[in-house]
Amino acid sequence: MHIVYPAVVAALLFSVGVYGVLARRNAILVLMSVELMLNAVNLNLVAFDVWLGDALRGGQVLTLFVIVIAAAEVGLGLAIVLLVFRNRQTVQIDALRDLADRDAEPAERPEQVSTEIS
Amino acid sequence: MTPADVVFLFLGAVTLGSAVLVVTTRQLVHAALWLVVTFGALAASYLLLTAEFVAWVQVLIYVGAVVVLLLFGIMLTRAPIGRSEGLDSANRPVAIAVAAATAALLVTVVVAGFREAYVELGDPPAGTSGQMGASIFRTWVLPFEVLSLLLLAALIGAIVLSRREIQPPGESSDERPTERPTGPGRG
Repeated sequence: MHIVYPAVVAALLFSVGVYGVLARRNAILVLMSVELMLNAVNLNLVAFDVWLGDALRGGQVLTLFVIVIAAAEVGLGLAIVLLVFRNRQTVQIDALRDLADRDAEPAERPEQVSTEIS
Repeated sequence: MTPADVVFLFLGAVTLGSAVLVVTTRQLVHAALWLVVTFGALAASYLLLTAEFVAWVQVLIYVGAVVVLLLFGIMLTRAPIGRSEGLDSANRPVAIAVAAATAALLVTVVVAGFREAYVELGDPPAGTSGQMGASIFRTWVLPFEVLSLLLLAALIGAIVLSRREIQPPGESSDERPTERPTGPGRG
């Protein structure tokens, strides 16, 4: 089999994940898109490990490690999302702007706060 | 084109199509279910690449655990069941541009670099359970053990993050800490 097929599929899958991370507002959908990107990397690792015929099977073992780390990441990420939901009653990530670096404009501050709450 | 190529292109089309549906669908639950299709097609791709053990781990952990976790998250954040508006943010055109640029760059580099790369599949198989077990527990045993510690840390972190405030009996549990009266016996 040509190795370029899985490589191209992995590249496109990664791009789909990039689009999802940038375009989605719901934090859980962003987590799903991160999973897509990790899976694209896994496909690359497996394909190139098979191509190289590594005797230590480093690519596939690293794939297993990435799967484990992705499971840990999604568990922690969901815990954080649930905590945010419990405190703010929303998981829309562009509504969470408390740490945003904005210029202090005292005249506009009350307006902005009121629009965010509504 | 060998039969393996044709099957892989079909699986790749299924993977990409369901991945696009994950990031474009208007229903949250459907996104999680399309994610199952994506992960399943990827597991089939691993089987085709003769990475048998990785394929079954993918089915067990991604389809079995991660998607269920995501569905729990959707349920616990009280997401609406039907169509919901406003799942896409305002920077969608920028996201499309960035994703298209990423895809163009990666595909160009990969095709330029590996156009001639060819592998004969299945002789010998690349990742049966026996081979993978020997490899993990001989060569890669130290990273494996470190990873178990990382999983333990992530587990404890998730529990600490998501537990409720522990309170003495007789107080309602949804009181905020700032509103709580400072009684005797609490430093």
